[in-house]
Amino acid sequence: MTPLRREDVAHVARLARLTLSEAELDLFTVQLGQVLEHANDMANLDLTGVVPTAHPFGLINVVRADVVRPSLDRDAVLAMAPDAQDDRFGVPRIMGEAP
Amino acid sequence: MKTAEQVAREVRSGETTATAELNAALRSVAARNEELNVFLYVDEEGARAAATLIDDRVARGEVVGPLAGVPVALKDNLCQAGVPTTCSSRILEGWRPPYNATVVDRLLAAGAVPVGKTNLDEFAMGSSTENSAFGPTKNPLDPSRVPGGSSGGSAAAVAADMTPIAIGSDTGGSIRQPAALCGLVGVKPSYGLVSRYGLIAFASSLDQIGPLTTTVMDAAIVLEAIAGHDPMDSTSLPEPVPSLVAHVDDGVAGKRIALVRELVDGADPDVLASVDRAVAALREAGATVVELSIPEFRLGLSAYYLIAPAEASSNLARFDGVRYGLRVQRDDVTAMMEATRTAGFGAEVKRRIMLGTYALSAGYFDAYYGQALKVRTQMIDAFARAYRQVDLLIGATTPSVAFEFGSRTSDPMAMYLSDVFTIPSNLSGEAAISVPFGTGEAGLPIGVQLLGPGRSEALLLAGARVLEIANGRP
Repeated sequence: MTPLRREDVAHVARLARLTLSEAELDLFTVQLGQVLEHANDMANLDLTGVVPTAHPFGLINVVRADVVRPSLDRDAVLAMAPDAQDDRFGVPRIMGEAP
Repeated sequence: MKTAEQVAREVRSGETTATAELNAALRSVAARNEELNVFLYVDEEGARAAATLIDDRVARGEVVGPLAGVPVALKDNLCQAGVPTTCSSRILEGWRPPYNATVVDRLLAAGAVPVGKTNLDEFAMGSSTENSAFGPTKNPLDPSRVPGGSSGGSAAAVAADMTPIAIGSDTGGSIRQPAALCGLVGVKPSYGLVSRYGLIAFASSLDQIGPLTTTVMDAAIVLEAIAGHDPMDSTSLPEPVPSLVAHVDDGVAGKRIALVRELVDGADPDVLASVDRAVAALREAGATVVELSIPEFRLGLSAYYLIAPAEASSNLARFDGVRYGLRVQRDDVTAMMEATRTAGFGAEVKRRIMLGTYALSAGYFDAYYGQALKVRTQMIDAFARAYRQVDLLIGATTPSVAFEFGSRTSDPMAMYLSDVFTIPSNLSGEAAISVPFGTGEAGLPIGVQLLGPGRSEALLLAGARVLEIANGRP
């Protein structure tokens, strides 16, 4: 694999919604590069035809009976939110103002 | 210090009370918590209420559970209603869950008394508790050294005689490694044996909850109390759990055990010597021990450090300042989320989110994450082949005894290598146990690891019990 570049790290930080300082970008480029280098011992294996395992026992769809039952108390949940308005979570502006 | 088995027996017989045992625990916490930084929060009020409830029930002649009046420490990634739950992260500071984890409900039903929440590496990412936003926990056996991690606070609570038992979670060794470094028994149960409902997820296909205790019998009692199907966890195993306590003294006569070269390669000489003595003890008890090489284990670390961060990057996307925990105010929602996550997560968590995001990103998915999942398949197949020949595997839990603070923090790869012997059982979803066996450098404890197939907990506990007896606890 091509070595990890500083601009790759900056791109990934944007995807992960993290702001990195210049110093963190330098440090993470080195540190993440080391982990990926270690992973290269896998990259060179020929695993054609091996079925990937995402979960130890395979996930099956589990459904419950379609009956109404109590859920978490809305007030208790909203009491722990950073902002709540009118029985809803409150967030800053999502879309731009009308021109 | 009394074992949980003793405490519960004495509480039931009226020899002691839950309140007296709680008072003793609280005194131990008061004596050493400032020095060791074990508990992030002590729920004295809740614990007193739980203890009083048990004492009242005993006074009325009611049947109380197998953990009646036993103080328990909870790793702070387990939700307990109304009790601050932080994952040792600034991003959850001050959050109080509106519900109990299933494990907490089951401990309460068994009569246990939750004392408080213990320190961990932030979001369980680490092997020393040095990644906690609230400072590291010190090893009670030598405060210049780490207790291991990520369940380091839970291990230290038991090792410092604060509580007889503690609960941890194990994603790549986070119960077994601190158990080894603090001289305790630690169990990573089969995936799905213990409900994960209310465990704040790190890597969902690897995480399991389990006990840290001073004796194998206590581990069996706790595990039996918390195991079993839970409709709130879709990955919970549906089959009933057979009694574990009943099989602790079954011994290993006639069992076949393999010493796995890859589970000792690179370990320090004192650790190797302990494993050798453990093998001799198992033979003495009537087991046949053979040597085996499982080369697939060599790739475990590489696969794990792509799979676990990939799952973490997805799981931790929920911490965005909207529904709980920290919010850093900004004028628009995306800027708010980014500022919140940047301020709320520590360096190791950011590293793993970045690594996982990279491994899952377009152009790299097949080469990294996809390849790691195929290695995981090979690991599972290799385990299965081994278990066609033998009943259990044995090796070291960690390559060394407890290490000193700061000795591995600047080099993530060196820290990750602490988990090299524990990771295979997480990738396969199978069971493993660490049991103290002998001491090494500076008189510090060494953990020996037994590994078994899925649902082999009874056999693992019996094997660990044989080692415990040989190690001087009859």
